[in-house]
Amino acid sequence: MRTNNILGLIYSNAYDNAIPELTGLRTMGSVPFGGRYRMIDFVLSNMVNYGISKVGVATKANYQSLMDHLGSGKPWDLSRKNDGMFILPPFSLQGAGGIANRIEVLRGCMNFLSHSNEEYVIVSDCNAVCNVDLGAMFESHAASGADITVAYRYGMKPALDDLMSFDFDPSGRAQRISVGAPIGTKECFSLNIFLLRKALLERLIREAESLHYDDFERDIFQRNVHTLKINGFEVTGFVRVIGSLQEYFDANLDLLERENRRQLFTPERPVYTKVRDDMPTIYGLGSDVSNSLVADGCTIEGTVENSILFRGVHVGKGAVVRNSILMQGSMVGENARVCCVVSDKNVVLKPGKTLCGDRSYPIYIGKGIII
Amino acid sequence: MSRSNECIAMLLAGGQGSRLGILTKHIAKPAVPYGGKYRIIDFPLSNCVNSGIYTVGVLTQYQPLELNDYIGNGQPWDLDRENGGVHILSPYQQIEGTAWYKNTANAIYQNINFIDRYNPKYVAILSGDHIYKMDYSKMLAYHKQKNADCTIAMMEVPWEEAPRFGLMLVDEDNAITEFEEKPKNPRSNKASMGVYMFTWEKLRRYLLADEADPNSGNDFGHDLIPAMHAAGERMYAYPFDGYWKDVGTIDSLWEANLDLLDPKVDLDLTDTSWKIYSRSPACAPHYISAQATVQNSLIAEGCEIDGEVDFSVLFSNVVVEKGATVRDSILMPGTVVRAGAVVQYAIVAENAVIEADAVVGQRPEDMKNLDDWGVAVVGEQITVGKGAVVAPKAMIDVDVAPAQ
Repeated sequence: MRTNNILGLIYSNAYDNAIPELTGLRTMGSVPFGGRYRMIDFVLSNMVNYGISKVGVATKANYQSLMDHLGSGKPWDLSRKNDGMFILPPFSLQGAGGIANRIEVLRGCMNFLSHSNEEYVIVSDCNAVCNVDLGAMFESHAASGADITVAYRYGMKPALDDLMSFDFDPSGRAQRISVGAPIGTKECFSLNIFLLRKALLERLIREAESLHYDDFERDIFQRNVHTLKINGFEVTGFVRVIGSLQEYFDANLDLLERENRRQLFTPERPVYTKVRDDMPTIYGLGSDVSNSLVADGCTIEGTVENSILFRGVHVGKGAVVRNSILMQGSMVGENARVCCVVSDKNVVLKPGKTLCGDRSYPIYIGKGIII
Repeated sequence: MSRSNECIAMLLAGGQGSRLGILTKHIAKPAVPYGGKYRIIDFPLSNCVNSGIYTVGVLTQYQPLELNDYIGNGQPWDLDRENGGVHILSPYQQIEGTAWYKNTANAIYQNINFIDRYNPKYVAILSGDHIYKMDYSKMLAYHKQKNADCTIAMMEVPWEEAPRFGLMLVDEDNAITEFEEKPKNPRSNKASMGVYMFTWEKLRRYLLADEADPNSGNDFGHDLIPAMHAAGERMYAYPFDGYWKDVGTIDSLWEANLDLLDPKVDLDLTDTSWKIYSRSPACAPHYISAQATVQNSLIAEGCEIDGEVDFSVLFSNVVVEKGATVRDSILMPGTVVRAGAVVQYAIVAENAVIEADAVVGQRPEDMKNLDDWGVAVVGEQITVGKGAVVAPKAMIDVDVAPAQ
């Protein structure tokens, strides 16, 4: 028994090169975000909250951390006998090696697609932080009779080279699709969440394969803008597409706004993530925390302002943390100071050290580095 | 017949915990929230898993719905297993009729078939009422080393508190020579922790004998263990010297929560080698706003803090609005403290709402007569109206009207 007839397909390596600092060791999907999440949690939760019970996660490279995070899919209720979550490792017809493009990755998923009997498929990247009601998207797809429905956002386009933006006619159908760098005006840019019939996706992939197409945006979307009915579905509420370290930094700090959190973490559609079984956060005597988002398992004895603390962060006595994002297990020693820093997992800042970036130029500290 | 297990655990979780009053109106005592994200039963369950005991029978009777739901298939404790795992054991109908669990020994007696399925050599009998971290595998090794039939975990308590406990007199080898049940003038301060290790073959025989005895109260402490002792079985005390607390009363529950904020108390929940597992709700990290002041407190995920929080334990999704003050208190999941309200020396149960400017509880130093002082308790889903006052020691289980 299924609640709907839709298959999920997530591309976990989407735009890996946009934030090379964070994706050097991991996929875009496993980039930590918002104190306790990974980027893939948002799209996965969107899917399961709409009742999708079969999700493929396509991977290209560096997916060890992703597999560790996803496990058997239990936190998303996707560890099942029937359906559930499927990690799809790279599958190359040309033999190992080489960087696969998006079309090749999709081709690697053909077996998964053809062995599924759902009628529709939602294909999504995971570099967008959003809480989308996919049910509403499906209704809009059904009502418009579109071949493909694309979730989009109206606003300043993120700094991603091959992100599509659309010009829609009054009926909502895309008339023109442009691909390329942002031009500094407000546009309807793609969130790269696509809804279409599975048969159509299979046909498009086979066609691209036989014609040696290798550019997903140009060869599948731009080329077909007049032959396929491509409609838009506007996503309102809190949406951030991560296109650079700066955008990553800003998007995290945007969660300090109550309204943004209310839109992203709605009780009707919770965001699920891997459980770590930490104890609640301990605030010591003399701690001074303001305007900060703090996950479980932290011990805070110093000052924290305008910051995001992931699970298990330790801030020592007299230490000061400002405008920073400290990932899981970071340690800030006594009387150390950090400002405008993004510290990756398990970074140690020894007592008394100081490190400062700027709001417009956050400093990134790599995983496990001891300063 | 399943694959045999060397040792399985039976966890007695049917107790009402009547001294916890309205906190256990709808839930059994082991399901009472503790420590910001746990429930009491997480401690014995996590101890089992961390000790390598993967077959656990949980005996429930009083208000089992929430407890059964919480334990579910045991996945948070890694107890969802093909062989063994966690099993909820409720009283059931038999050919002779239907019988509730009369007492602790009778509860185990009624589940002899369950234990026999696993054919264990040893059975640990645990209680779902206590907060402690203990390695049962060390106790089992001790049990084997002493070639004992029954080993009882024991800890030294302050002499003045000893009359509240079941006490044991032991010889220099820790063999138990005598039992004293809550004596007025204790001759020992070695208390039983309610943690027993039995050789199953022996326990089985005594369970049958105990059931056949019409004069028995079918209780471990009162009947079965004294009977074993009288028959001259090998009974040993296993010394334990960590943190152990029976959270049987409002005061002890309040104290045990705040113990987590005392660095001198020997209960470290941050220790990754002995994690206490629990079923976690999916909520965002907690948020401390620019107006908030948080000192010496434990705060779980999903909270939104705009007011002042001092020396308190806040469970998930608690809201403390601007200008509100929470001190020396325990706020269970989903509690809302509105602007200007004061909650002090209190336990507020799940999803209660303290409206603006209400005052719950009082500081002992502000009392004229200290005898009237005690921890105030607000029951689950209760609303304390705007400007209303809840006296210390009060137990509120109906909504309190706003002040005129």
